[in-house]
Amino acid sequence: MSTEKTMTEKLTPTPGQTVGPFFGYALPYEKGGELLAPGTPGSIRLAGTVYDGNGEPIPDAILEIWQADAAGNVVTETGSLVRDGYTFTGFGRAPVGNTGKYTFTTVNPGATEPGKAPFIAMAVFARGLMNRLFTRAYLPEDTEALANDPLLASLEPARRKTLIAERLADGSLHFDVRLQGEDETVFLDFASPASREG
Amino acid sequence: MGEPVKSSDAAADNQAILSREIRDIEESYKASVAAGAPAETQPRIDYPPYRSSILRHPTKSLHHADPETIELHSPAFGHQDVHALESNLTIQHGGEPLGERMILKGKVLDGDGRPVTGQLVEIWQANSAGRYIHKRDQHPAPLDPNFTGVGRCITGPDGSYEFLTIKPGAYPWKNHLNAWRPAHIHFSLFGTEFTQRIVTQMYFPGDQLFPLDPIYQSIVDQGARDRLVATYNHDLTSPEWALGYEWDIVLTGPKRTWTENEAYGEQGEDSEH
Ligand SMILES: [Fe+2]
Repeated sequence: MSTEKTMTEKLTPTPGQTVGPFFGYALPYEKGGELLAPGTPGSIRLAGTVYDGNGEPIPDAILEIWQADAAGNVVTETGSLVRDGYTFTGFGRAPVGNTGKYTFTTVNPGATEPGKAPFIAMAVFARGLMNRLFTRAYLPEDTEALANDPLLASLEPARRKTLIAERLADGSLHFDVRLQGEDETVFLDFASPASREG
Repeated sequence: MGEPVKSSDAAADNQAILSREIRDIEESYKASVAAGAPAETQPRIDYPPYRSSILRHPTKSLHHADPETIELHSPAFGHQDVHALESNLTIQHGGEPLGERMILKGKVLDGDGRPVTGQLVEIWQANSAGRYIHKRDQHPAPLDPNFTGVGRCITGPDGSYEFLTIKPGAYPWKNHLNAWRPAHIHFSLFGTEFTQRIVTQMYFPGDQLFPLDPIYQSIVDQGARDRLVATYNHDLTSPEWALGYEWDIVLTGPKRTWTENEAYGEQGEDSEH
């Protein structure tokens, strides 16, 4: 049973499982990747490709993003699944296409606290991926805040750069997700050591 | 399909080869626990018996991070997002779907046992013949014109969710020769923090396919695997109508209680980080 207690009186979390191959008719929804309607003043595109360990695009992954608004506020508005066209909810979900590419329309998140490096939190799901992965797509501009970020500071430069999105000339953000390989994206563990394993 | 070399979805190996791999991994896990290693509570991300995982798992260990503000909050969902009827998967079409009608009920709790209220629960599943609506599902079992297999609901004040659906069938897949998935319902859940986000699968008690299935067995600890299996509850069964199953879900964390724990002088989350 899922409710048995550990010695610390904490409940043991339910294990995750792969999203499998057949989420395509269930999890994606209309305008899932459009946190703002494309073309809205101030909107940007966040796009990239999800790759496997051979550097091949993965055609059956789905990504979620969760972020602060442009002023750095955490949004508490409902309406992510049924968008009303003008309320920014901070949450989006987008499956990749046949070429592994995903696209979100959103805003640049502001810093949630002064001096903090703004980032877009991301969860990655795919067929063949046993459990969801968390990562972050940092905005590249505030180099001082990036240098002071505790997570980025704990990474060697080659790994650090996998978390920093690239700003393209048209203002969009480019952020690839590499599940495996030399430039493997840094994925995050927020769990306690007791539930951490390889 | 179309994947290079070592990841091959081609059904090259038979069940005996797969079962041996599964058994070997479990044996070495049991030996490590006997030698004092902590019990594992999540699936192995690197689990070669699930062939598609070979090129799709990170090889570097997950990097520990303290959650930042945004990660300590979660998206808000409400009744704008989910209609009350979406929890009934048997009324989405003109007629009754075929199969064993079932009530599925449970609670979403956090690691402290507190109910996760007003949050989104999504499910998807095969029909009673083991066939998904999905276009890539080529299993030659019938589609049911009265069953899509997608449901949503928002948890109640006590963290509870409830669906009315049809018991899904087992289905074949191409991991290896004669590979069959035990009957399952896919679940997607949010907590009060983004760090608690989880997608998982719920199974049915006593399934003969458990020992053969590399997805279920990717959770190498029997106690942890058991947490994915619903309980049949005859008190929940509705006479002349539907069988009752119950399944609670526990999310990780929460991590936002550090200061409380410190204030109470407990050995709280802090010591676990
Ligand atoms: Fe499935």
